[in-house]
Amino acid sequence: MNDFTYHAPTSLDDAVAALRGDGGAKLIAGGHSLLPVMKLNLAAPSALVSLAGVPGLGDIADGGDSVTVGAMCSHAQVAGSAIVQARIPALAAMADGIGDAQVRNAGTIGGSVAHNDPAADYPAACVALGATIVTDRREVHADDFFQGMFATALADDEVITEVRFPVPGRAAYAKFANPASKYAVAGVMVADGPAGVRVAVTGASGDGVFRVAEMEAALGASFSGEAVAGVAVSSDGMLSDTAAGADYRAHLVTVMAKRAVEACG
Amino acid sequence: MPTVTMTVNGMERSGNVEGRTLLVEFLREHLGLTGTHVGCDTSQCGACVVHVNGTSVKSCTSLAAQADGAEVTTIEGLANGSDLHPMQEAFREHHGLQCGFCTPGMVMSAVDLANQNADPSEHEVREWLEGNLCRCTGYHNIVKAVQAGARAMGGGS
Amino acid sequence: MSANGSGIGASVKRKEDTRFLTGRGRYTDDINLPGQLYGYILRSPVAHANIGGIDTSAAAAAPGVHAIFTGTDMEGVGGIPTGWLIHSKDGEPMVEPGHPALALGKVRYVGDCVAIVVAETREQAKEAANLIDVDYQDLPAVASIEAAEAEGAAQVFDEAPGNVCYDWEVGDRAATDAAFDEATHVVSIDVVNNRLIPNAIEPRAAIANYDPATGDYTLYTTSQNPHLIRLLLGAFVLQLPEHKLRIVAPDVGGGFGSKIPHYAEEAILTWTAGQLGRPVKWTCERIDAFKSDTHGRDHISTARLALDADGKFLGLHVSTKANLGAYLSTFATCVPTYLYGILFAGPYTTPAVYCEVKSFFTNTVPVDALRGAGRPEATYLLERLVEKAAVELGIDRVEIRRKNFIREFPYQTPVALQYDQGDYDATLDLALKASDWAGFEARRAESAARGKCRGIGISTFIEACGIAPSAVVGSLGARAGLYESGSVRVHPTGSVSVFTGTHSHGQGHETTFAQIVSDMLGVDFEAVDVVHGDSAKIPFGMGTYGSRSLAVGGTAIYLAVEKVIEKGKKIAAHLLEASAEDIEFENGSFTVAGTDRSKSLGEVALTAYVPHNYPAGLEPGLEETAFYDPLNFTFPAGTHVAEVEVDPETGEVEVVSVTGADDVGRIINPMIVDGQLHGGLAHGIGQALLEECLYQDDGQLQTGSYLDYTMPRAADLPSFNINHNTTLCTHNPLGVKGVGEVGSIGVPPAVINAVIDALRPLGVNDMAMPATSQRVWQAIQQARG
Repeated sequence: MNDFTYHAPTSLDDAVAALRGDGGAKLIAGGHSLLPVMKLNLAAPSALVSLAGVPGLGDIADGGDSVTVGAMCSHAQVAGSAIVQARIPALAAMADGIGDAQVRNAGTIGGSVAHNDPAADYPAACVALGATIVTDRREVHADDFFQGMFATALADDEVITEVRFPVPGRAAYAKFANPASKYAVAGVMVADGPAGVRVAVTGASGDGVFRVAEMEAALGASFSGEAVAGVAVSSDGMLSDTAAGADYRAHLVTVMAKRAVEACG
Repeated sequence: MPTVTMTVNGMERSGNVEGRTLLVEFLREHLGLTGTHVGCDTSQCGACVVHVNGTSVKSCTSLAAQADGAEVTTIEGLANGSDLHPMQEAFREHHGLQCGFCTPGMVMSAVDLANQNADPSEHEVREWLEGNLCRCTGYHNIVKAVQAGARAMGGGS
Repeated sequence: MSANGSGIGASVKRKEDTRFLTGRGRYTDDINLPGQLYGYILRSPVAHANIGGIDTSAAAAAPGVHAIFTGTDMEGVGGIPTGWLIHSKDGEPMVEPGHPALALGKVRYVGDCVAIVVAETREQAKEAANLIDVDYQDLPAVASIEAAEAEGAAQVFDEAPGNVCYDWEVGDRAATDAAFDEATHVVSIDVVNNRLIPNAIEPRAAIANYDPATGDYTLYTTSQNPHLIRLLLGAFVLQLPEHKLRIVAPDVGGGFGSKIPHYAEEAILTWTAGQLGRPVKWTCERIDAFKSDTHGRDHISTARLALDADGKFLGLHVSTKANLGAYLSTFATCVPTYLYGILFAGPYTTPAVYCEVKSFFTNTVPVDALRGAGRPEATYLLERLVEKAAVELGIDRVEIRRKNFIREFPYQTPVALQYDQGDYDATLDLALKASDWAGFEARRAESAARGKCRGIGISTFIEACGIAPSAVVGSLGARAGLYESGSVRVHPTGSVSVFTGTHSHGQGHETTFAQIVSDMLGVDFEAVDVVHGDSAKIPFGMGTYGSRSLAVGGTAIYLAVEKVIEKGKKIAAHLLEASAEDIEFENGSFTVAGTDRSKSLGEVALTAYVPHNYPAGLEPGLEETAFYDPLNFTFPAGTHVAEVEVDPETGEVEVVSVTGADDVGRIINPMIVDGQLHGGLAHGIGQALLEECLYQDDGQLQTGSYLDYTMPRAADLPSFNINHNTTLCTHNPLGVKGVGEVGSIGVPPAVINAVIDALRPLGVNDMAMPATSQRVWQAIQQARG
């Protein structure tokens, strides 16, 4: 791993200033997306700007028709939050299935969303639930935020502060994990919420999270596992690796969608 | 070179590190606490698990700088003098270790589980240990040890 | 021998655990020497290339760099040797190409050592290595057996036409052919034994030091066999006399075969320390371990079983192709031959058996022993074939095995081995009962009601371990003897140090051997310490592999204790004014037979070291060494039953239960023995369902990290149901056999037979290892057409 300068700002303004002061700087939250790629020399930022000392980014709040999760909330914090468990249990369950216990203790929602790994779980939750990603300067709807593998709407000096999830009527997440890495091979979040029925898929496509319109239409007509069990997704554009080829991935998307619907109860 | 200061096993420890110095490197190479091991470079094996501010993390995927000001507990800090911690004792009693290399991380991970769940089921233990690889034991006795250790801890370390 | 609370047969808690549990183990990477430098090994990123040149100038100028060495610098140093010479069918010796420690002119696999950079810090050495400019002139690569044997295939070595190392055979071909002529039924099978990456959780590491004042070299290394490393490194590579080369293998974090071989890095480090006169430390990163630790298995086989009308086996014919990788590692050549072909009688009376093995060089990591080494490959093939025969002939799969069991011992197999003892019916019966085999159909129905496909599979097997009689292995091509040494030193106060040439890297020798000595000498378990892993402390040793430590090393210790007792009797007789023939030794006391006159071991030991009143002509001291060369292999055997549940929608296989009924000989410590079985079973289930090393056609490793190579995790496995039925080994005094490899040998075919059993109703009749969810799903799709 190449060396870098480590900044530990204590305010959002200072964090943004540090980013602006070094074109090669990157934000670090829990570090569980960034450090692994840096250790493999796949990323070599000249500076890291830690958000750990910036106050106000670690809270979870019940806003009535929405739940707001601070960017520095760990996956374990989301999974264990009484608010999240009560209002959006699917989100708590999804967070409880990210990585392993130690990853959940350190990894954060902000880091995961900003990194937009095509096999990460949070993008599916954000898109299916119709979340809003709130930054230091604006609000971006999830539909506009995720822009393909490792690409987002964030500017280089922009900092996610929180993610706001509308409370759905019902929702569930079903994941088929890569047996080695435990990242999603096919992770499907189904939500029946204010914006209607949404089906968002992660892990399967090289372009990152995507919605399955045919499934959403089928569920709109009849919200049942059977309704999506017959909806095949194309294997075109699906990822393919030693654990799962494109055909298998496409098949798993349908199976996981069915199971998520059934889990909605 | 930035200076980091943290409380490690109850003692305040400082050192000059590079930005890239990992927490595990600080513990092993700066402080000589070689009980925390490194078994991989992709955050899977869990041989490096320590507690930072009371929860288990992988010290190979944490910067020393991130732990500045934190309370860190390593395997060396678990026992009370010559008395083994209940989880250590349970691993000994149930033969939850063979070569011993994954053991420190396994024990630290198990203590974190036990702090949250005083009577975990076999299924809960197996799921919890996703981030800890062992090649020797087939996990059979580790699972027994973690369950027994958690019960012995009675809901807290 | 008397069983006591810590003696033979007791589940004594392990001596080694306190240090491991408190972070006070001392593994190689935990050791630092004053003035040490750090080495980084630059490895080939390509599978096969000529090296046009190496420009190290930028690296040499990098901060902290002390030295850079490449193949040409080490040109005068001997190559890495292999330990076993195999002869082909035609009597010709195998092709044995040189293996330079640092690649010379050519690289032959991704991971081949190209240069060492020595710097002040680990990071400096690595960063400088990235500045080395190597001119790789790519050559076509062969990354599989199929590619290596193809017409016009690229040659890994010019001296090995067709990439063949040897074409070996065992058994009577004519008799086997005749058996097939008589057969009523012939059943055939093609199987692949998937390539595995060992993945001991401790990565390899080494620190070499050279003392210019004395000319002494010391190498700390992660080895299962320090004396063997001294022999190979000293006598073959660096040409150093043994007394100038000390090898220390301290606490070692698992081996599984991958820490047997003498690795190039050990030679490079030691030689480099000699050049620089300073200690040099190297620790392998996991990402490099995937492409430099020896791999295991990798066979392609076809086999035929001849049966009579009643289902009795008449003959077995096996043809196997084995991948040896790019160079011949220490035990590489014997694994697919003398640890494989001679297992094909299994527990069965098959009168005619023939096995031929052709082995190939490929542009892949060298292949060597991995937990079981040859015996899992043989057992998998045989138990898949027997199962297939049962299905095709419509014979119950338990009955076909029972119908063919060996029941009279000793039994001479048609493939060289002579089994001394066993009771295969007993372990089979035990496994059927413990697994509730008879109640399976109800469980299958219950699973079906939940939409799952349940299957049950069985494997009845034998292994040959406790390697091995030196004269036998010598006649088969081994270049070393396979005896073991043990020394027992009774200290003046009666405490005991035991020195063994075996090496414990998880097996618990410090406990098991102390139990034996404590029991035999009647001293407290706590008063016995076991020392291993240091060539300066142990007389000699061949190390730990092939489940040999207890059967061979334990016997050497047993014999050394007997010598101690014999000498003690002479001392006691003198003190008691009796004849040594009249002295009996029991529970730590030397007693004049028929009297209550006795001397304790402590009194005798003190006398031996303070010999004021001592037998004339007897040497002072109470320390004895024994070398034990086994008379035969030992033959653990057993039955494993696996039950699985398949999710037909995803192809996921869940192992619901695993039942073992094992005969591992006398059990010294039941807790440790069961732990060894658990570990082996997990390794075997890993091979059957999860683990597979894959190469691209160009020789790039596809499964090069834990992100792609699936290690068994806790949630992938059930708790194991372990049962024992013991018959004693007849040719060692403890009656012990071996246990470390049993699980990885016995269980893979049971798991795959279970998966096929689960899927047969869907029309699936074959399944390759590993039965990953994708592979199972694809098989279901194919069967559905």
